[in-house]
Amino acid sequence: MKILVAIKQVPDTESRIKVAADGCSLDPADVKWIISPYDEYALEEAIRIKEGKGAEVVALTVGGEAARDVLKNALALGADSAVLLKGDGQGDAYAVAQMIAAYAKDKGFDLFLCGNKGLGGDNAAMGPMLAELLNVAQANVVVKLELGDGTFRAEREVEGGSEVVEGALPAVITAQKGLNEPRYASLKGIMAAKKKTIEEADAAPTTAGSCVTTLALPPERAAGRRLEGEAPAQAAALLQALKDEAKVF
Amino acid sequence: MILVFCELKEGTIRKPSAEALSEGRRLADAAGLKLGAIFAGASCAGSADAAKYGADVIYCAEGASLASYSSDGFAQVLADTVQAKGATVLLAAATAVGKDVAPRAAARLGAGYASDVTGLAMVGGKLQAVRPVYAGKAFATTSFASAVQVATTRPNVFPLAEKAGAGAAEAVAAPAGGFKSVVKEILAKASGKVDLSEANIIVSGGRGMKDGANFGLLEALADAIGGVVGASRAAVDAGWGLPHSMQVGQTGKVVSPTLYIACGISGAIQHIAGMSGSKFIVAINKDPEAPIFKLADYGIVGDLFEVVPELTKSAQGMGIGSN
Repeated sequence: MKILVAIKQVPDTESRIKVAADGCSLDPADVKWIISPYDEYALEEAIRIKEGKGAEVVALTVGGEAARDVLKNALALGADSAVLLKGDGQGDAYAVAQMIAAYAKDKGFDLFLCGNKGLGGDNAAMGPMLAELLNVAQANVVVKLELGDGTFRAEREVEGGSEVVEGALPAVITAQKGLNEPRYASLKGIMAAKKKTIEEADAAPTTAGSCVTTLALPPERAAGRRLEGEAPAQAAALLQALKDEAKVF
Repeated sequence: MILVFCELKEGTIRKPSAEALSEGRRLADAAGLKLGAIFAGASCAGSADAAKYGADVIYCAEGASLASYSSDGFAQVLADTVQAKGATVLLAAATAVGKDVAPRAAARLGAGYASDVTGLAMVGGKLQAVRPVYAGKAFATTSFASAVQVATTRPNVFPLAEKAGAGAAEAVAAPAGGFKSVVKEILAKASGKVDLSEANIIVSGGRGMKDGANFGLLEALADAIGGVVGASRAAVDAGWGLPHSMQVGQTGKVVSPTLYIACGISGAIQHIAGMSGSKFIVAINKDPEAPIFKLADYGIVGDLFEVVPELTKSAQGMGIGSN
């Protein structure tokens, strides 16, 4: 079994977002970059499959030199090899899906794993687009995955519950929190990763789908007011305000 | 034409789909286009209601192959209909199904895709979308390079607008089947309560709840005012047995209810990112310096274990939950 794990480098969730001078992109100053948390579940799942039934795990990201960090981490966690596709990995999901599809087709991958969305861009689009471009099955927002002989069974989160998707491999599976508990890299893993190389390739040219023309911060919320008094008075004042001022009820 | 993929639940159009249709009508009027609704399933009974929200044509792909949801099967129906009818815009609600099928259909059409949008406009005959990024810490205006443009609309954001359309029914062919993946079984049926992403009122608890069992207090309040219960990441990760599906925040659900009541939630950036789109925010916290108060329209500095039961009692007395 051959598994491709697509990972994305994203701003840390504690980052304050500032708009760059171009008015349409993120100001990278002061941003701490991390692996998108959902991709950690994807990577962990790939490593568990490798440990369970044996598999070759290839980690891939699209980006510049700085994106090597997430690949080094993937190698330390247990990926066998890593690929840096040099291109814009932060932009249009359709373009990124085309880059990964162009790289992956004809390489004999049985399974493609990635996060259900890249934190920040929040498109939740790359996985299903990759599945379509490669003409393979998909299951998104997956919290449990079982592999059979050329088949998969996935539980995915839907409104108010979950549903079971069954299909044939190859498939694109996008991971959700709950799929597993990602491990930390061991010292042994970190040392072993130093001996592994990161393959580098230019991303294939793509057709643009969409682009961000303006990035803006949300308007500040108007100052609210404190409701004073003891608990019963506060409760009564709140319900009155929600009824009369906010007209929520 | 603007084509809107609509989902049915027990023979009725789902509310997020009706919202997408309402927005589709508005865009179609602005651009002088027709509005089509597309349904797919073993039966499309109930699809005629799309006319209430302005559909000029109602396309139905009915067939045994579509009895269970299939990502590639439904994407094929949508893409084929877009092409056959010459639609330039494809919309769906950003539901579990919509978010699964729309990007796949977009890739099939060679189209750009904007997910979970909160604003749409037609500019020079093309769709332009505004969508929250970094879980609402910023908003991105997105334009399209492709001939066809695809977007999913965030539930609870676009107002329902009833405006009668011609609603001419037209059958479209269902694929033969043999899909790559199919939904086999629904594991946990919805409890009857709406999902957080569609809820109008959310009562949420954080680390200040001290224990998972105390969430019963929030359930009681939610029941009294017609809401559902959510939780912060701190609460979900605390090992209190709360499921991740309850989590509101950047790594959980991003919500936009009319009312969000934050109980014992300090207001970490990652939580605020998930709920700052709420219309009204109430914060109940014993720490007057908690960052959540900066966002709150109404702040109560106090012990949630006293305030929340008082709220429940008073709300029951006022009969709020009954409307």
